[in-house]
Amino acid sequence: MFTHLVWLIPLLPLIGFLINGLGRNVLPKSAVGFIGSVMVLLSFIVSIGIFTELNDSAVKSVVYPLFDWIQVGDLKISFSFQVDPLSSLMLLIVTGIGFLIHVYSIGYMHHDSGFAKFFAYLNLFVFFMLLLVLGSNYVVMFIGWEGVGLCSYLLIGFWYSNPSYASAAKKAFVMNRIGDLGFLIGIFLIFSMFKSLEFSTVFSQAANLAPNNNIIVLITILLFIGATGKSAQIPLFTWLPDAMAGPTPVSALIHAATMVTAGIYMIARSNILFTLAPFTLNIISIIGIATALLAATIAITQTDIKKVLAYSTVSQLGYMFLGLGVGAYTGAFFHVITHAFFKALLFLGAGSVIHAVSNEQDMRSMGGLRSKLKITYATMLIGTIAISGIPPFAGFFSKDEILAHAYEHNKLLWVLGVVGAMFTAFYMFRMLFLTFSGKFRGTKEQEEHLHESPGSMTFPLIVLAILSIVGGFIGVPEVLHGNHWLARFLEPVFYASSTKVHETAVLDHNTEYVLMAVSVIGAVMAAIIAYVRYSKNGHVPVPDTADRGALANLSYNKYYIDELYDFVIAKPLNLLSGFFYRIVDKTLIDGIVNGFGKVASEASKGLRLLQTGNIGFYIFMMIAGIVALLAYGFLNI
Amino acid sequence: MEIILLLIFLPVVGAAIVGLLGKLELAKTVAFIWSLFSLGLTAYLLSEFDPGAGTQFTVDYPWFLSMGSRFNVGIDGISMILVLLTNGLIPLIILASFNHEYKNPGAFYGLILFMQTGLLLVFTALDAFLFYVGWEAALIPIYFICAIWGGPNRIKVNIKFFIYTVAGSLIMLVGMIYMAQQTADKTYDLQSFYQASLSAGAQSWVFLAFFLAFAIKMPVFPFHTWQPDTYTEAPTTGTMLLSGIMLKMGIYGAIRWLIPVAPLGFAHWGPTVLVLSIIGIVYASIIAFTQKDVKRLVAYSSIGHVGLIAAGIFVWNLNGLQGAMIQMISHGVNVVGMFFILDIIIRRLDTRDTDKMGGIAKSAPTFAIGFLIVLLGTVALPLTNGFIGEFLLLMGVYNYNIYAAAIAGLTIIFGAVYMLRMYQRVMLGDANEATLAFRDINANEKVVLFIICGLVILIGIYPNPILNISEPAAKSLIDLVNGKIGNVSSF
Amino acid sequence: MESVIQSIQGVPLNHYILFSAIIFTIGVIGVLIRRNAIVIFMSVELMLNAVNLLLTAFSAYRGDASGQVFVFFIMALAAAEVAVGLAIIVMIYRNTNSTDINVLNRLKW
Repeated sequence: MFTHLVWLIPLLPLIGFLINGLGRNVLPKSAVGFIGSVMVLLSFIVSIGIFTELNDSAVKSVVYPLFDWIQVGDLKISFSFQVDPLSSLMLLIVTGIGFLIHVYSIGYMHHDSGFAKFFAYLNLFVFFMLLLVLGSNYVVMFIGWEGVGLCSYLLIGFWYSNPSYASAAKKAFVMNRIGDLGFLIGIFLIFSMFKSLEFSTVFSQAANLAPNNNIIVLITILLFIGATGKSAQIPLFTWLPDAMAGPTPVSALIHAATMVTAGIYMIARSNILFTLAPFTLNIISIIGIATALLAATIAITQTDIKKVLAYSTVSQLGYMFLGLGVGAYTGAFFHVITHAFFKALLFLGAGSVIHAVSNEQDMRSMGGLRSKLKITYATMLIGTIAISGIPPFAGFFSKDEILAHAYEHNKLLWVLGVVGAMFTAFYMFRMLFLTFSGKFRGTKEQEEHLHESPGSMTFPLIVLAILSIVGGFIGVPEVLHGNHWLARFLEPVFYASSTKVHETAVLDHNTEYVLMAVSVIGAVMAAIIAYVRYSKNGHVPVPDTADRGALANLSYNKYYIDELYDFVIAKPLNLLSGFFYRIVDKTLIDGIVNGFGKVASEASKGLRLLQTGNIGFYIFMMIAGIVALLAYGFLNI
Repeated sequence: MEIILLLIFLPVVGAAIVGLLGKLELAKTVAFIWSLFSLGLTAYLLSEFDPGAGTQFTVDYPWFLSMGSRFNVGIDGISMILVLLTNGLIPLIILASFNHEYKNPGAFYGLILFMQTGLLLVFTALDAFLFYVGWEAALIPIYFICAIWGGPNRIKVNIKFFIYTVAGSLIMLVGMIYMAQQTADKTYDLQSFYQASLSAGAQSWVFLAFFLAFAIKMPVFPFHTWQPDTYTEAPTTGTMLLSGIMLKMGIYGAIRWLIPVAPLGFAHWGPTVLVLSIIGIVYASIIAFTQKDVKRLVAYSSIGHVGLIAAGIFVWNLNGLQGAMIQMISHGVNVVGMFFILDIIIRRLDTRDTDKMGGIAKSAPTFAIGFLIVLLGTVALPLTNGFIGEFLLLMGVYNYNIYAAAIAGLTIIFGAVYMLRMYQRVMLGDANEATLAFRDINANEKVVLFIICGLVILIGIYPNPILNISEPAAKSLIDLVNGKIGNVSSF
Repeated sequence: MESVIQSIQGVPLNHYILFSAIIFTIGVIGVLIRRNAIVIFMSVELMLNAVNLLLTAFSAYRGDASGQVFVFFIMALAAAEVAVGLAIIVMIYRNTNSTDINVLNRLKW
């Protein structure tokens, strides 16, 4: 029953967008917030219905066509939705967390003049994200893919009067577009190979192929390039930290919980293609772990609370890609889910903090907020524990699953993964202690203004905190006497891949216990170090003007990667632009074109000198001409 | 009375009437209503049109018989698209000009309607000589529009534009006369041209002669240098006519009169032209990065977009050709929208320099939304019209060569860079004194912008009706050429 | 009439041709080397008359009257030409107080 209402899921937020967008000057704030939230809530309810139906049903994949979109020759792209375990779970995340963040925004954005515009954009984002999730072929997915990029642009640049915010928005869009080009060409390749872009057709044909097909490798690399753009992996990750210019709920929804995981979703969706291309999987795992470590090492010195969380997101996304790269599709998607819970929680918590301290984001001016913001503190503590991978909180199970697969695949990857996890625990607890323990370091005015956030903001925090605690139990591995519900639920999606992989020796239970113990102990130790340094000793990061160590400086300045890109790509292109315009276009090409005109006018300038005005000369020339003609005539006869 | 004659010559009658109104302001209203008649007639034609039935509404009268030329017009799917584009955009362009007080409006709007007839002749002619007559008939009014109502530098720029274009078309005329001598029945008839059997060498020359005219009109790199100057100096209405409709003459010419007429020449020169088109995409986009004159920026971006259309044609497959068809409509809508938006800004601020703009979004939120939607259409965001065209075009280029597609695809990235950069400089950031006083759009501007934005989204969501119009015609044209190339060599 | 023809034919044709050529050359040289517009004008007439003479001579020798008819036409034309030409020269003289053609070099770039 609900499955036939699937078209309602994206339609409702679209309606919300239209109402809020068109009525932005008319509707009162309460109505705007209500419409925006309720539309997403309704979508969420339909999603739950679909999810339960799918869980009970024997048919695990339903395609719901709407209309023919593009039709040229044998290229037929229909606008159709696909409901299967993967998309139904993603629907729950997008609409569920989306709803919570809408509710949170009612409180957070209350004083903003662009309140209605904000909700319209958020609804539009949810619409596009749902298209991305529901699309039954690559092109509909691509609509959502680019659409969320647009909303990300609009929302990062929400406060566009600030030029640097507007630049950050532009940067995000352009970097996404670089990935999108890869994705698009991947789509063309898929079509020329499979003569279809429908997931079901492509994947069923691909299931019959042998591994290491060159074209499949190329396709997967191109799709992965698309994913690096959207999911902020090396080399296209620098937009995500800048994206923190947007309002905090946006960072929570788009740049932590949903949009940035689109790359993982897309690869998990196309898992059969990737399984056929071990070469690409290796690249993915290398990029994943490299991004995870790079971002983690940057995060440990950042002082802006949102920047810490942004780099943490990049790092966690790296883990998800590591999971994909080692073939742990379920693990990666599991981490998408748990990460959505605790990272949304952490961002919203950070938003609550920022709200409390009058829009201050620098942790050096915070501290000691524990007593004033009790709920925020408690929920953020839960989020921090969850992200650090300390059992039994959500992050532990998903991260452990990825690390266990990495261990099977390559022991070095596991070691690096554990190191990264320790970094994670360290910078997260560092953030927590810098913000909440010690004494308040801000101004007097800020201190007087400190307050816990309103109910509309704390309610989502509490819900997400509960999810961060229990979210991991959907995938308790067999070794811990669970039955990994998630893996069984997602099995139809990854079945074809699992038949392609010849399972190597499965880890025995003792090894798994050891692995878990090592990563947990590592995380706890890192947390303790952070406690000693930032809470017990009350260490505060030095101001920007002070000297840091060389390494810390490198980390604090993000390895100068932005400057590097600017120097290697942006500057040369601008120079090239000037060169093309002034030298090639204006001087060379236009010079040749104008040259034709010049030749004509120069020639006339030369020839007109013959007109001396001297009659004698004219007559002489005339007679000379007659003589010449006569001579010519005589000689030719 | 044949309906197609009414379609073609209705505007010129309107031109005479409007011209008689002279200096009366009434002229623009009359011209607008008259162009709506044409639009209504087009709608009627469209309802009668059967895409699968080949060339329809044909009329064939003896004309310059001694020369072998007949007055022979008709409409097939490809022509239909362009007739639709012409008759759809002209009312919009006239409506968009309502905020301008052009001196001597009778002459101004008369010229626009006169030009419409020329354009329609070009798009419906089935006789080379008639095509040529339409080709030049469309040029003359636009020359006067630009030369009389243009900017301060107009005379110099216009002479270059005019001589450049005429030089190209004269060479095309030579090619046509040569072709007519080679046909079996010594006529200028399109079908005779198609059936003429020339040696590969002769076809190469014919191809070059025709290509030059079309390349200048489009324009294809490196024949584009007249275009930025002309777009900048022309009155905005003229720029819209030039970029929205007139450059499609070149594209249409390439589809109808270039590749099928000289298929072996195409086989020989096609790859070179493709490379030129792709160079044009990247080159013009890169130049657009640092332009500070908004009109010039959009002019260069237009070169890039047209380069992609040209690339889609010169790979000569169904995806590319269909992409070109729909992109011609989309580009027409988008570029007219873009110049309309720039016109609003330029009229209010009296500058074209982005350095003197910024922060307009704050003072004119409705305008900002309209601008954004048109911009998104231009950068080919899915669910806008630009995406359908660019997707199909890139797919067409991809079917030819994946590397070509990768380079041509840079337009997706570069387009986002220069368009968003412009949007940021013009609309976002801090406002200055001038932009703070920026009035939001008035009712007329709202209507125009609403129509344009509606088209941007509507075509993006449901492009199939347009694609269906031209698909059979495109298919048969491709088969015709491939058959001829295949007979001689495997291409 | 017969006697006229006979008396003309009494002189060999070569002499007429030679004579005409000499007069014509005198005319050409006159045009080339003299600066006075009237003298040049007269030299032009000289060339014209050399041609007339030649036409008449050939006409007589070939017994074809059309050559002489042409001469009449040319003479009429020459009269008209003299009228216009002299009028121009008079106007030039009035303006420049000279008939030197080197004064008339305004017709240049």
